[in-house]
Amino acid sequence: MKILVCISNIPDTTTKIKFVNNNTAFDITGVQWIINPWDELALTRALDIKDAQPNTIESITVINVGLVDAEPTIRKALAIGADKGIRINADPKDSYFVSYQLAEVIKKENFDIILCGIESFDYNGNNVGGMLSEMLNLPSVSSVSLLDIKDGKVELKREIDGGQETVSTQVPFVAIVQKGIAKEPRIPSMRGIMGARTKPLQVVEPAAADIFTEFAGFDLPKAKATCKKIDPENVKELINLLHNEAKVI
Amino acid sequence: MNFEFTEEQLMIQKAAKDFAERELLPGIIERDDNATFPAEQIKKLAELGFLGMMTDPKYDGGGMDTISYVLAMEEISKHDSAVAVVMSVCNSLVNWGLETYGNEAQKEKFLKPLARGEKIGAFLLSEPEAGSDATSQRTTAEDKGDHYLVNGTKNWITNANCASTYLVIAQTNPEKKHKGINALIVDKNAPGITLGPHENKMGMRSSDTHSVMFTDVKVPKENRIGDDGFGFTFAMKTLDGGRIGIASQALGIAAGAFERALKYSRERKAFGTEIFNHQAIAFKLSDMAVKIENARNLCLKSAWLKDQHQPYGIASAMAKQYCADIAMEVTSEAVQIHGGYGYVKEYHVERLMREAKLTQIYEGTSEVQKIVISRSLLK
Repeated sequence: MKILVCISNIPDTTTKIKFVNNNTAFDITGVQWIINPWDELALTRALDIKDAQPNTIESITVINVGLVDAEPTIRKALAIGADKGIRINADPKDSYFVSYQLAEVIKKENFDIILCGIESFDYNGNNVGGMLSEMLNLPSVSSVSLLDIKDGKVELKREIDGGQETVSTQVPFVAIVQKGIAKEPRIPSMRGIMGARTKPLQVVEPAAADIFTEFAGFDLPKAKATCKKIDPENVKELINLLHNEAKVI
Repeated sequence: MNFEFTEEQLMIQKAAKDFAERELLPGIIERDDNATFPAEQIKKLAELGFLGMMTDPKYDGGGMDTISYVLAMEEISKHDSAVAVVMSVCNSLVNWGLETYGNEAQKEKFLKPLARGEKIGAFLLSEPEAGSDATSQRTTAEDKGDHYLVNGTKNWITNANCASTYLVIAQTNPEKKHKGINALIVDKNAPGITLGPHENKMGMRSSDTHSVMFTDVKVPKENRIGDDGFGFTFAMKTLDGGRIGIASQALGIAAGAFERALKYSRERKAFGTEIFNHQAIAFKLSDMAVKIENARNLCLKSAWLKDQHQPYGIASAMAKQYCADIAMEVTSEAVQIHGGYGYVKEYHVERLMREAKLTQIYEGTSEVQKIVISRSLLK
């Protein structure tokens, strides 16, 4: 089987968020870029399966829609253990654009399992996995927290209200993965890091695609109010503040 | 001049940071309290290739440069210097010494398993009466034709128990003084080797430090590194590189204390505001930041010289002395900024202060570094 993992290149999750151009663009000055954590966990699960069943998994490829500055993130995936990288040379404008670009490349290949993280930690769109499966006309399984291959058959568990659902599906399919898919991302080994540049990283030019959205503006959340500490004996003051200041009672 | 790191160097730095935060920080206080050797953590570190990261890939190492090593050592040392010192001894002393001065048979037999992290090495130079004065070796390696017979005691040996491969510095021809000294590769399990108790240290308490006693230990002649009498030169050349490792460790200790103190200063309030807003604290942090930046630059300069195959002995002595001394100053200030909380274990800075002290002492005291530096001024 061939596994494809779709990865987003996102700002480190500890990045201090600032905007420029009259609050219409994210300020990338000094930002460290990482693999989207859900995508990294998807890759980790793919690698775990390959380690356990090397004869079942032929290859693991990662794919990203991004400009050349996304290549260090792709090479990190190669350092962790992916066999091949594909970069679609385009600025990832929105979910539709990204899904369309991914679909155009994937159609020409023959991947058996396509993994997407449930959402990216930057724009939290939660769209690409579903759109991609639709564009590819493939079955998709969402909210996947377990992925395994037993006797050549794929077994998935997905989170539903109050429990889990076990699903089996034919290949090829798209799995949209979330918490539980892998315990924690792998740390690249020294050999992995040094070997990453020798692994293939194919650059594909984008297909013509419509862009249906544009960013009109961003707003940061309001600063949190300062915490007021009240003596536990002073219930009157607590009621006064809740009533007159917080206006919640 | 180029102050930019390569993509690989940044990836190694991040890998070391992630490893330290994920694998080393949990349980660090208990390991230090109980002087428990971090066996599981070292095993994982070895599997990732950190113990042989600078060794040439043809000898199963990672093939990385010294800059990468400095970056990794700093990140590991921010959290656990007992682990960092294992990394330093393996990379800077044992592996580098074997790779640079060992013959092909020795590299095949001893270096490869060390570089793969399957085995750990130790460097046995210090003695009860030969620390800073390394020429006064009392341990003897008597030439018996096809083998040496080693007798004597080595002190303060890092990795003494966990190591499989010892590099032992011993005197063969006392009349030739330091030119009679040899460096021998010794199997730790050879008959006649006994270990003293684990040293009950002030800091880096979980690192594996013992004295090692040799009683009629037979070492095959083919285990001698270099020509007869090369041992002292071997030790000194190897320690030149070792200083870069310990300097980076001291840098990491200082940076780890600084990061904690900065974080604390932005959370802790006194007189109605975060203590960072008091100039007395802000200026302390400013001074700490400048010292750390200087220390980092000295480490990276000496690593760069080594990578460029230029002389780096003086630069590494400067880095070792400065980084160790400022680590002591910065950690002490970090405790001061934390106030009473700094004096208890939960905030880590008191441990870092205890760890910093050792960097002024081992692999050449700060005073010995000053001897090396001052002598170079007259040349």
